[in-house]
Amino acid sequence: MSEMRNDLLKTVDRIFDEHCPKPARESAEAGEWPDALWRALEEVGLDRAALPEEAGGSGLDFEDAMLALRRSAYHGAPVPLAETMLAGRLLAAAGLAVPPGALTVAPVQTSDRLRFVQGAPATTLSGTAHRVPWGNLCAHAVVAGELDGKGMVGLVSTSGAARGVDKNLAGEPRALLEFDATALIALAPLKDARARLEAEGALYRSVQMTGALERSLQYCLQYANERVQFGRPIAKFQAIQHMLAVLAGQVAASSAAADAAVEASRLAPDEFAVSVAKSRVGEAAGKGAEIAHQVHGAMGYTREHNLHYSTRRLWSWRDEFGNESYWQSRLGRAVAANGADALWPMLSRR
Amino acid sequence: MHEFRFEPVRLPAAAEALRGEVRAFIAEEVAKGAFTPSRNSWSSYDPDFSRKCGERGYIGMRWPKQYGGHERSALERYVVTEEMLAGGAPVGAHWVADRQSGQQILRYGSDRAKRTILPKIAAGVCFFGIGMSEPDSGSDLAAVRTRATRVEGGWNISGTKVWTSGAHQSNYLIALARTSPKEEDRHAGMTQFIVDLSHPGVSVRPIHNLYGGHDFNEVVFDRFFVADDMVMGEAGMGWKLVTGELAFERSGPDRFLSTYQLLVESIRVIGPDPDERCANEIGRFVAHLATLRRMSTSVAGMLERGAQPIVEAALVKDIGTAFEREIPETFRHLIPTEPTLGDGAGYAELLGMSILRAPGFTIRGGTREILRGMIARGLGMR
Repeated sequence: MSEMRNDLLKTVDRIFDEHCPKPARESAEAGEWPDALWRALEEVGLDRAALPEEAGGSGLDFEDAMLALRRSAYHGAPVPLAETMLAGRLLAAAGLAVPPGALTVAPVQTSDRLRFVQGAPATTLSGTAHRVPWGNLCAHAVVAGELDGKGMVGLVSTSGAARGVDKNLAGEPRALLEFDATALIALAPLKDARARLEAEGALYRSVQMTGALERSLQYCLQYANERVQFGRPIAKFQAIQHMLAVLAGQVAASSAAADAAVEASRLAPDEFAVSVAKSRVGEAAGKGAEIAHQVHGAMGYTREHNLHYSTRRLWSWRDEFGNESYWQSRLGRAVAANGADALWPMLSRR
Repeated sequence: MHEFRFEPVRLPAAAEALRGEVRAFIAEEVAKGAFTPSRNSWSSYDPDFSRKCGERGYIGMRWPKQYGGHERSALERYVVTEEMLAGGAPVGAHWVADRQSGQQILRYGSDRAKRTILPKIAAGVCFFGIGMSEPDSGSDLAAVRTRATRVEGGWNISGTKVWTSGAHQSNYLIALARTSPKEEDRHAGMTQFIVDLSHPGVSVRPIHNLYGGHDFNEVVFDRFFVADDMVMGEAGMGWKLVTGELAFERSGPDRFLSTYQLLVESIRVIGPDPDERCANEIGRFVAHLATLRRMSTSVAGMLERGAQPIVEAALVKDIGTAFEREIPETFRHLIPTEPTLGDGAGYAELLGMSILRAPGFTIRGGTREILRGMIARGLGMR
């Protein structure tokens, strides 16, 4: 690991250690905006870390930005960092300016469509977007859709658009946004904008799940070494050792799949690598969370222990931006359409 | 806590050029009718094919030229092995000699061993078996009872090895034997010997496997003489050598491609327009495979840098072998077939052989349970 990357990690870990104590996480789950944490992230430019330098980025490469995102998930930071990075990257790709502050994206559900309506004097936005992450707390949303069959990216204010707020299993807000001839602050074409939003969202969730899995393994090792039963730490029991060996395998595979997808997606999400990552990491999320809880026994089932901050995120994120089945099917269809003999040449080119 | 890092590896341009050559060679052999891809794996014996591999420089690739090697990198070797496996080439005869035995001889063998044996391995005309397991020593390798006693100019070996794959078709074994009595440190006092199976004092008896195939053998040594210069390293170093050898044995593409031919043929049978369930399962296996390959190439990169990634190799083998066992279990639902032992029955035979071979995947080269123990040790739990 490079020295610069090491410094970045230290900074990121320090911010999250300082600003993510239990009360901060609990108040965020109660619906309060985590102001101090967000401002600390802005101060070091993490909100813009995934942007190219010419679009106001902080000069980090994409891998570094994704490493920071992974650590934010490791610490269970209750902030729309992934969403802000994603929204900013879409704007930058379309050549639009990135406004300050936390951003979200819409629509995030496959069945939702937002319509750009051409009118005089300006084009407006109409339609409903369900479960928009942090949609009630971010001032702006970056929206993707089509106009005359061409992919478009727009920027809108969310002011007055929220019709209700739900939460995912981790207590992160998911808002219903309704737009009715809402004025667009900016609008520009971007090829396959909607698909790009979806794939890049899946990539970020894969990176985040990897961070949450790493934390779950760390909690397990700590607990298994401390918890004494039958006169010895439970880490000394072969049954527990084998469970954690399996968990370590899931974590390592997730890390490999997420890293590969990040590497392949520096400029724009790579369909194959993202499909692999969201499928593989999503599967590891379910299997990993199950082991982590089994090892922690009743203690891990309480609000008092911190394990749930990681596992509730895993159970939420695996279903956002397309679950495993969704991405596996896409991947499987592509492989089948290319034919059996094309599989190995394709895999070995990666 | 040990953090398992699988750093990405970029395959060098030379390796990619080599890939094209190997692929063309395999296609040519298939076209000539030399072998049928779906019938083969790294446990299939075909000395003609091995000789051709030797002629083309695909064996002993990393070894010095003075011993018949080709001074290529670990990553170039990786590309050749994965192409052979993915192409279903019958590489079984030379597999063990190339993967581990030759590598160990190069590092620990005497000058005579290196000069006389390595060039023949590299030429694809000299094959090895693994002489580790015994009737009372499987996972617990330190329990070996085969004994070697000092005699003039060498050692006399007596004892029995089992599950010795291919011993009846091999020229040599590397056998692990106890050379001094068990002490407190049960890993001390063991030694590895290069054993020439054409010499007197050794008998090889077949042990047929569950489908009637002859791969396993029992190998009995009765005061079998081994000269001093066929000792690996020094007497007493056996345990260290054995553990190093297993790192070569565990991380390669042979630990997740054993049922790759079944995956490919299943995709062919399902066709270009799969239903939802088939698409889902194909996608899942491809996602797992792409991830495993990245982890395995990463371990090849560690070997290239001279590291001993023992725990990482155990981890790749554990998840890789679970993956290869799942392939027949899933596709038997998607393509309802009564698996068969019959020759020439196409898909049904391929499925049948995959089911029958599957139990071995998570046993050979270190059981799943032993590997998980090693991973737990890497996590600091033992």
